[in-house]
This record gives sequence, C-alpha cells and structure tokens, in this order.
Amino acid sequence: MNLLNIILLFIGWSVFLVVAGLFVLGIERKIAARLQWRVGPPIWQNFTDVIKLSGKEILIPEKANKLVFIIAPFAAFLSALVSGVIIILSLLYGKIMPGDLILLIYLLTVPSLCLFLGASASGNILASVGASREIKLVLAYELPFIAAMILVIFKSGFSTSLYNIIKIQKETGINFLSVAGFLGFFIAFLGIIGKLGIVPFDIAEAETEIAGGVLVEYSGMLLGFYKMTRAILFIVLPVLLMVCFLGGFNGWVGLLKYIVIFVLLVLIKNTNPRVRIDQALRFYWGFTTIIIFISFLFLRV
Amino acid sequence: MDIKTKALKKSLWVFHLSVGSCNNCDIEILDCLTPKFDIERFGMVLVGSPRHADVLLVTGIVTKKNVERVKILYQQTAKPCFVVAIGTCACSGNMFRFGYNMGGPLKNIIPVDVFIPGCPPTPAAMLAGITKLLNKVKE
Repeated sequence: MNLLNIILLFIGWSVFLVVAGLFVLGIERKIAARLQWRVGPPIWQNFTDVIKLSGKEILIPEKANKLVFIIAPFAAFLSALVSGVIIILSLLYGKIMPGDLILLIYLLTVPSLCLFLGASASGNILASVGASREIKLVLAYELPFIAAMILVIFKSGFSTSLYNIIKIQKETGINFLSVAGFLGFFIAFLGIIGKLGIVPFDIAEAETEIAGGVLVEYSGMLLGFYKMTRAILFIVLPVLLMVCFLGGFNGWVGLLKYIVIFVLLVLIKNTNPRVRIDQALRFYWGFTTIIIFISFLFLRV
Repeated sequence: MDIKTKALKKSLWVFHLSVGSCNNCDIEILDCLTPKFDIERFGMVLVGSPRHADVLLVTGIVTKKNVERVKILYQQTAKPCFVVAIGTCACSGNMFRFGYNMGGPLKNIIPVDVFIPGCPPTPAAMLAGITKLLNKVKE
C-alpha cells in the first residue's frame, strides 16, 4: 500500500464517518422528539446545520488567545477521525497494530482536552466555568473507563491489539457472556456516556445554566467542527465498546448490536436530568469504580 | 439562491433577548417549543449564546440602560443574522413610549427584519411572523 492509497483510504473513511455520524445524530434528535410527543426535525437536520454554520461569520473574541482558540476544534476533529479510522482498519482490513487500544484511549481523550483548551483560551467567564467542569468530568470518567479497558486486556491474554481482541473472543466466546465482561461492559457504557457528554453528564455545556459552557464563544465553522467531532464520537465509541465486549462488528448482527447500544444511550439521555459536577464525580469514583474493581475478582470465572 | 442560504432557511437558531419586558412575551416564546407548536420541526433551536444565533428575538421596550447592551449583542451575533421584534412593546413602545426610561424604539437602535405585534402575540402569530422572515431570507 503506497502513500497515495493510504491518504485516499483516510479521506474516504473520514467522509463516511462524518456523514454516518451526522445521520445518527439526526435519528437521535428525531427519537428524542417522538419521546416528547413532538414531530421533531427531519433526519438530515444536522447536515443542514453544518452547511449553514459553514456560511456563517467566524468571530474571535478580543481577549482570546487566537492560536489555541482556532486550533482546538481542528485538533479535536482530527483526533476523532484518526481514532475512527484506526478502528475501521483493524475491523475491516484485518490490520494487526500492537497497542492500538492504548493509542485509542489516548486519542479519545483529546477531544475533551481540546474543548477544555479552546474554552480556556476564549477568555469568557462562562466558558471558563465550562472548562473547569469539563476537565473534572474527564478525571471522573477516565478512571472506570480505563479500568474497564484494562479488564478487556486481561481477558484477552494481555493483547492490546483490537484485531487480537476480536480473534480471541471468536475462539473463547464474547466477553459480554462472562461475569467480569458483563460488569465491564456496563461500566464502559457509563464511561462513554460521559465521553459523549450527553444529558446526565452534559454539565460542561449545560445550555440552560451556563449558556453553552465550553462552546459559548465559538461561532461559524469552528462550532461546526465541534458538532462533527461529536457526531464521529457517536459512531466510534459504541463501536469500540462492541469490539471490546461484544465480539466486533460483523455484518447485520453488528448493526443490530450498534442499534441496541444506541437505543440505550438515547433512552438514558431522554429520561434523566442533568447531574451536578460533584454528583458526577461521586457516581464515577464511587459506585462505578467499586463495581469495576469487584469485576476484576471474576476474571477467571 | 446558493446552498448555504437554503440551509440557513432550514436551520434558524434563535437567541432570546429580553430588554425590559414584563416576561409575558418570553413565556409565549417558550410555548413555541411545546409539543403543540414544536418549532424544532422547522429546524429552529433555542440557543444560549448570541455567537451561535441566526435570529435575535427581542422582547420588551428597550430601556435607557439596555440601549448599549442591545448594540453590543447585535455586534456579537455572527452574521448573517436577523432581528425579530416580538410584542407591541418591542415594535412601538406600547403604553410605555413616553416613559421616563424609554431608550427609543428598537428599530432606531438596530435594524429590525420582522415585527410581530400583540400583547403578547400568540405562538401561532409568532409562527406566521417567522414564515414572513423565511420569505425575506429568500430575497
């Protein structure tokens, strides 16, 4: 595979990820509307939003650190894209990349950190409140999430490559059916709710109390890049969960697994109020972490 | 009409700006989001920051203290943006037009695209006004 092929592969799958993500977010808005007995926006609404944002003016606040303020959305977008392409490479092309699970854990933290950096650079008070909440939320959910990933690494004989994790699950049965894997799945699921920043844990951009929080100063296409990052993560994180616990993404069964995780996410989003930051921290470091450490006891069961 | 203008018509994000109203128009604006009227089916969302907004919904008379703030908020909104005056107060000043703290009618301070009179205007009237705004975007 020469360089041109690699670049074409990356661009092609990036376009796929963005389109699929925006489409999934549209379905999510439609379901949320139907749950509230509304008609709701059309499914392609998010494409319209992003196209509209590309035509808007980009305003940069006077007090902002311009370089960081502009680079942060691009960095978040690119890291989400790269993590998506890495998963697709090991799922569909059978590439064995040792340590790509660890690389993914790092890459998936970058969007949150970029939100934090961009918000801190914007020089807005509400954005700084949002940034402080965002970084606390990162500290909160990373502990159980990484512990669940370490559980997966233990289960698959200390292999850190996604391809090997899927292969071992094909031989010995999927992780979800063992006690430790079952508990680990739900803990990692709670982790990705925090990573996606959907409603119980959308404290960082709480629209009604801090007016968009971390996103408050972003306008135009910079905001559009954050929207697309969120859309890509809506594809990447459930697929990562499927790879680690449900035996990969294989054909129609894989699509069914994705829909189950997606419906669970939407239902949790629409039936829960927003928590406070101390409640979120207590939830992730208390209950969730205790369960994940208990599940380590059942590794050989 | 290019694709960006078309997209703008289908996804107007609304920022709600109250500059000295009695809160009655504000409550009626929130009614537009309820299942009965549901403006989200036209792609309209209530956003919390003027940076994200395409439409400024202004309610109430502009008091003297708020004149500067309205101007600043209008500058902070990313262009292209539209201004909709909601309620008789924002349109003309209503019975407060000779009041001691009246800062002038809204149209003298920032350019207004659509006026929706009424005290308060019903959600149906607001939807009719938004339709007028959409026709204006076409031009």
